[in-house]
Parts: sequence; structure tokens; C-alpha cells
Amino acid sequence: MQAAILLFPGINRERDMILAVRQSFGREPAIVWHKETELPAGTDLVILPGGFSFGDYLRCGAMAAQSPIMRAVKSHAERGGYVLGVCNGFQIITEAGLLPGALLRNAGLRFLSMDTMLKVERNDTVFTSKWEKGAEFRAPMAHGDGNYTADDAILDRLEGDGLVAFRYSDANRNGSARSIAGIYSPNLRVLGLMPHPENLIDPLMGGTDGKPLFDSLAAA
Amino acid sequence: MTDVNESLAKSFGLNSEEWGKVLEIMGRKPSLTELGIFSVMWSEHCSYKSSRVWLKELPTKAPWVIHGPGENAGVIDIGDGLAAIFKMESHNHPSFIEPYQGAATGVGGILRDVFTMGARPIANLNALRFGDPSLPVTKRVVDGVVRGIGGYGNCVGVPTVGGEVNFHPAYNGNPLVNAMTVGIARKDKIFLSAAAGVGNPVVYIGSKTGRDGIHGATMASTEFDAASEDKRPTVQVGDPFTEKLLIEACLELMQTDAIVAIQDMGAAGLTSSSVEMAGKGGVGIELNLDDVPQRETGMTAYEMMLSESQERMLLVLKPERSEMARTIIEKWDLDYAVIGHITDTGRIVVKHQGQVAADIPLAPLSDAAPLYRRPIAETPKPAKLAPISSHAPLDLALMKLIGSPDLCSRRWIFDQYDSTVGGQTVKRPAQADAAIVRLEDSNRALAVTTDVTPRYCVADAEMGGAQAVAEAWRNITATGAKPLAITDNMNFGNPEKPEIMGQFASAIKGMAAACIALDFPVVSGNVSLYNETEGRPILPTPAIGAVGVLEDAAKAVGYGLKPGLSLVVVGETKGELGRSLYLRELLGREDGAPPPVDLAAERRNGDFVRNRILTKEVEACHDISDGGLLVAVAEMALAGNCGVELTGVGAAEYWFGEDQARYILAVTDAADLLAAAAAAGIPAQHIGRSTDEKKLTLPDGLAISLPQLSDAHEGFFPRWFA
Repeated sequence: MQAAILLFPGINRERDMILAVRQSFGREPAIVWHKETELPAGTDLVILPGGFSFGDYLRCGAMAAQSPIMRAVKSHAERGGYVLGVCNGFQIITEAGLLPGALLRNAGLRFLSMDTMLKVERNDTVFTSKWEKGAEFRAPMAHGDGNYTADDAILDRLEGDGLVAFRYSDANRNGSARSIAGIYSPNLRVLGLMPHPENLIDPLMGGTDGKPLFDSLAAA
Repeated sequence: MTDVNESLAKSFGLNSEEWGKVLEIMGRKPSLTELGIFSVMWSEHCSYKSSRVWLKELPTKAPWVIHGPGENAGVIDIGDGLAAIFKMESHNHPSFIEPYQGAATGVGGILRDVFTMGARPIANLNALRFGDPSLPVTKRVVDGVVRGIGGYGNCVGVPTVGGEVNFHPAYNGNPLVNAMTVGIARKDKIFLSAAAGVGNPVVYIGSKTGRDGIHGATMASTEFDAASEDKRPTVQVGDPFTEKLLIEACLELMQTDAIVAIQDMGAAGLTSSSVEMAGKGGVGIELNLDDVPQRETGMTAYEMMLSESQERMLLVLKPERSEMARTIIEKWDLDYAVIGHITDTGRIVVKHQGQVAADIPLAPLSDAAPLYRRPIAETPKPAKLAPISSHAPLDLALMKLIGSPDLCSRRWIFDQYDSTVGGQTVKRPAQADAAIVRLEDSNRALAVTTDVTPRYCVADAEMGGAQAVAEAWRNITATGAKPLAITDNMNFGNPEKPEIMGQFASAIKGMAAACIALDFPVVSGNVSLYNETEGRPILPTPAIGAVGVLEDAAKAVGYGLKPGLSLVVVGETKGELGRSLYLRELLGREDGAPPPVDLAAERRNGDFVRNRILTKEVEACHDISDGGLLVAVAEMALAGNCGVELTGVGAAEYWFGEDQARYILAVTDAADLLAAAAAAGIPAQHIGRSTDEKKLTLPDGLAISLPQLSDAHEGFFPRWFA
């Protein structure tokens, strides 16, 4: 699995993501600046990490969704390539139209930084094969705008088609519709989620609950 | 055209004597811009004119100190070819006037002090003091400050990992916001601010200059009164996104050999950065303000030189590298402008629209800067604690204390701060006495903390100064890390009052003694005076930020318990209730002397505890401080969600006294620990054990369930902001 990590101005969790990829994939990810127009040849997986792209001064992710590299990301997804967007990366790929819905301001209107529990809705995807179905795992979250919102038709379709990837299972702190923490594209090759599995990959940092995500991808 | 005269100088904060010095140095009447430059450079905030004679008493050297006070931040050797660069700085006055932006720009400013030296920031901390929580204004300030710190720190992607919060009516109208940043650089790649190389370009990068923050440094050098609300325009507005770009751009540029000198534009903006860079390098500097990137039209030279617009840096570059530098800076969408050059004149010359707006000799500007040995009046030593007629029952006292504003859980605050970004946070807030952050690609970790106990300082500033340093040292020690050095943030009232200057001098004396005894030098710092509103001073608050190192991050211990361990108190308990929180919260009294600090005992007990931790015989460790022994036990139980059964016996003095130099260790083999302590001549006492029952059983047999204890501990902030 060859990964390319996209770097938009204001992204700040790229180093965390590099550590996670390096540990599970056994090879270095490529780092791609947002003004590039092509992904490196041989890219299997595009990762959009967390942060505050362009300061999130417009809607979160809205500016980054217009960056030159995003045309290449869309083509990559259309060709069936893998895409992982975490936190701001999730916001960017919803703004870019790769996933439906939007991430609104947290219900309590405050930034939320704590561990949350997530339930794995299905384990037959390239992102979740190393978990048991229905498994629960811990992941740090750190966001001001993680309130997943979509209209009922979209939510029903996501549920009906098995496209809900993860749900908050201990508490729905940010007010997300149907406790949704992450969703897939219809071909199950694009995943967006708000919490940060990449921050729990080392026992020293409090556990390895997030590692199966990267181990699953490495095994694909 | 504004007439420049003594009365204008006075309104700029210069007294008659200082105005006379300006005339003497210039040999003529200064221009408005020149007067502006003198007034900010000679403000208390920039010149340390009241504090410098005392700050010199602090020890600043050790074999591991690379750069002590005088640079943008302190630099220490942490092994493996790496250096830790850190400093703490106040943003008190702006944070009262406009809490969100005041706190946010405080974080931004201290970050720049650290990355300007070549360090990637890896941890932020903040030491906060607020007024009486029952006042609506306190709630507004707390909310704004917390949102501001989070808004800025979360966006720049530096984890906010620790700090402290106190409440006291003495901070009504004068909250303290002290922000600390710790960064890491290669020891051989430290960047300094001394300019060099006649003809070298002076380059401005970052945000454009606007009219915000003009005379902010002067505002920070006066007392507050009812008209302070009018000073809101002197508070700057932060842009953390630009700061993030600036961090990445500077660190990328620092990988090249383009930079001769670099300094951030903090207080007094372009003035202080250019004056300090040229002054330190013993050269001259010429600026052409027409080339300064400007956000507004029609700005005067005076406005541009005094603007405190945020997220700006000043660089001296090698001329042959300047185009390469431009490419890097512009890649990050930041302004890059050559705004002048280095000269050999020893003067700062500022040109604007074809006119010379300022021409000042640099040496007298710094050498002749006012320096005051202000009169001091020592605070009389406090009377002995008056007898206590009756005590509260242990369980009620504990429940009240653990839910009180000064001791309750800070979760509501730190849940708004990103503490995990970077992926290196080994111990997050409320897990250990100091936060632990591992260094990338290394087994090493830093332990970081901030500490001071102002209620001790107001009773006895010397003892309080020593206690602040000792507690910081103890908090680092309790994680297993070796304490290395501190930064100090001296927050006091009006230095023109002898009793305030007396507090300052005494605090320095106590701090110096502790620094020497504990091999814990001061490598950077900041002084904030005039923290008074309508004549009422804050409690003297010498906040200490401390850094220690662990060679193996995996050896760090926290204070959360697990079942089946013995609890042993290391250090002597006499039962010192003077100035304790028990006294204040349960008996409504703030009298007596603070607990004495025995520096030899601190050293001996701390070295013993650290050694036990590093030899892996300690499962959890907590220093005993605010609230005393029983509060510390309760915090250990709550952090581990683990029960405790106490067997030790004693009265309220024993359980709530705040005697110093003590730790609670949780171990599997108490006998071995007690024997080792006895052999080392250190008092140690077995006080109980951890259990798998979710309750805290007190020695009198009464039990408090952990959920009850947790509700009491966690309740205050959520209720306040519900």
C-alpha cells in the first residue's frame, strides 16, 4: 500500500499520520503539497489529515476543497482509489463532494478534546478488516466542528447501504446525526471520520486502539 | 502636527527625568516617532527598569544551560544533541480588557519567542489566576480566556498539555494569563537575534502591519482604572492560521543557511525587534517604512513603528540567499519584504515617504535606559496560626475541598484544549504531576509544569518564592524526570509602592535560594508589574514554568492508582495548616505562616523518590501540595478509578496540612520502600492500600464511594457554565 499524505496550509496532524503509516505500512508515505496537480505515480491511498486548513475561516474544509490537488484526488477516487479523510480531512472531502453531508459546529458550541468510544459497524472493508464486527475502540477526538449532519434521505441511504463506518458508542458529544462518527463512499473505498485513530497507535501514548485501521489498510 | 513636549511624553508614560534624558541623548527635541520609540523601549514592559536590579540575583548558569536570560527564550541541553527552548510570558492586561484575544495573542507571542530560535514548539502550558467565581465578570473572563487559549493553540497544532488555575478576589479586575511554550531544536541549530553584516538585508515576513496594538507595551505598564475599557483598541487580534504558516515557513527557512539573525515582533513590534537586533549586534540599522507590508492606508511612521500587529518576524539574511528565502516564504503565502539594511552607524534610522522620521543612537537608547532601585518595604512576617477551636469531620472536609474552585477538576478547561496533536503526549492533563511529551524519533521525553501558590506568597513572599520553585521541581520529580531549569513569570502590583517592591525582592530571594539548592537555574522569564485595579494589587504571583527530562519516556509515572498497591508517604508530616486551603475553605480563615520550605529536605526526598521511580519500583506517585495528604490520596483514587483504604491515623492537621517536600508513592513492596527510606534518613509512613472496591475508606471507617467523590470533584465548572 503506497500512501500519499496531502498537506494543505493549516493542516497540523500530518506528523501524527506519518507515524501511523510508517508503523503499519513499513514504508514512508509521500507528502504532497496542495498546489500540486498530480498525485505521485503508484499512489494507492490518499490521506487527508486533521488540522485547520486555511484557518477554517470559511466553512471548515471549504477552501482546501478548491485546492489544485483536489482534482487529482477526485480522479483517484473515481478510478476506485482509496481515500482516508480524518477530522479536517473528513470536512475537506465532504466539501469536495466525495462524501455526503456536512460537519457543523459541535452541539455544545465548544471545542471537544477527549477520548471517545467508537463502534465498528462493519469489518468487511479495506479500512476495518482487523477489527471484529461490532468491536468498540477508543480514539481521541479534537474538534470544534464534528456534528455530522445530512437530511433524512441521505441518512437513511447511508444506513440502508451499510455506509456508516463508525458510531460514537459511549456518548454523542458533538450532536452528530444518528451518532455517526464516520462514513464510507458507496464503493467502500473512501472513508471520512472525525476522531483520530492515528493518535492511539503506541502503548506509551495510552494504547493501540487506533492501530487496526492502519493495519487493515496495510493488509489490503 | 502633534506638538512633541514633556506633557506628550508624560502621556506616553515617560516621567520628567526620563524626558530630560531623551533630550540629552537626542541633543534636540525628538520627533513624534522618536518619542514613541523611546517611550516603548523605556516602558516597564520592555526595559524591566524596576525589576532588573533584582532579577540579577537569580542563578542562571549550569553546565546544561546553553542560553540563559537575554535571548528570546532560554535554551538547555537535554542530551542526544537536542536542546529544549522555553519561556513563559504574561498577557494579563490585554486578557482583562478583551479576554479571548488577549489570551489568544498571549499564546501566539510566546510561541514566536520559541520558534524564532529554531525550535519546533511541542508543548503549551498556561498558568491562570481569576477573581472571585461568584462575580459575573469572572465567569466571562474565564470563558473568554479558555476559548482564546484553545482557539489559538488548537489551530497552530501545538498540544496544550498542562497548567494551573487559581481563584482569589485579589484578581478581580486583574486576571493573570501566563502562557508557556516549550520547543525542541538541534543543539547546533539555534538561531539568535544579534544582527551582523553591514549591508545585509533586513527582511519582514508574516502578516501585514495595521493600526492594532499601538502602545500595547505602555498600556501593560500602568495600573487599571475605570477607564481601562477604553483601552480595548490597544489589544491585538490573533490569527493562528498565519502563525502556523509562519512556524512552518521559519522552520523550513532554518534548514538553509540563509538566516544571520531573527527576532519576532512582539511587544512594541517593529521598534523593539529592530532596536534589539541592531543593538545586540553592535551595528546600525536603516528601515524604509514605505516597503513595510501594510493592511491599512495612510499609516504614519509613528503608527507603523509602534503597531503590535501579530504574526510578524524580522530577519537579517545573507544577501545571496535572499531570493531563495523569498521563494520559501512565499510558498507559505506570507508577505516577504526587504524593508532595510544593516549599517555601521550604530544608529536606527527610519525613513518614510522620503523623510527621516527617526534617527536615534542605539547605544544610549539601551545603555541610558532608566534603571530604578525602587524603595522596598518588607512585609512583616505573619503571626503564628491562631488556635483552631473545632474541626470539620474528615469526610465532609474532603468533599468540600475536592469540589472547591481551587481544587476541583479542571476537565472542563482542558477538554477544550487539544492535548494530543503531535502524537507524542505520554501523560495528558490530570494523569501525572507534570505533563510528559516524548520527542519525535527518540525515547526521550520532557516533563513540563507550572507552579506557584500566591496565598503563601502574600503571607511571606520569600517562603512563597522558594515554595514555587520547590513545587515545580517536585512535580517534575514525581514523574521520574530530572528537573533541569525554569522560566519565571513575575506578576506583581505597582512597583512604585515600597511594599510591592518589597514583595518582589523577597520573592526573588526565596526563588534564588531554591534554584541554588535544587540545581534549577532560571533561563528565561518575564515581568508583569502594575497588576492593580483602582489601587488594589493582586497577590504576589511569581509563576514558575519548569522543564525536566526523562531519558526513557516509558519510565514516566502518573498518579492514577490501580488495585493492590501499598501507599507510602515520603517526607515528614507535622501538620502545617497556616494558609492552607482547609483553613480557607472549611474555616473561612486566611492566616498563619505558610508551610516552611526545607530545601535540604526537598532535595533529599526528591532525589530519593526519583531514584525509586527510575528503578521501576513505583507504580504511581503524587506530590502532596494544595489541600494536603487526603486530597492527594483522593486525586490518585479518582485518576485511576480505584478504591483506597486508609489505615494511617491523625487529626485534621495530619490529613490537610500542606507540609512541603512530601510525596505519596504507590508500590507493591512497602517494606522495601520503608527500609530504603529509613536507610536514607528520610521519614516515610505506610498509610493504606489501593483496592478493587470503588470507594475511599477513611481511617475512621467512614467510606465515600468513588462516584460520590467524582461528582464532587467534577461538578464545579460544568455547573458554573451550565
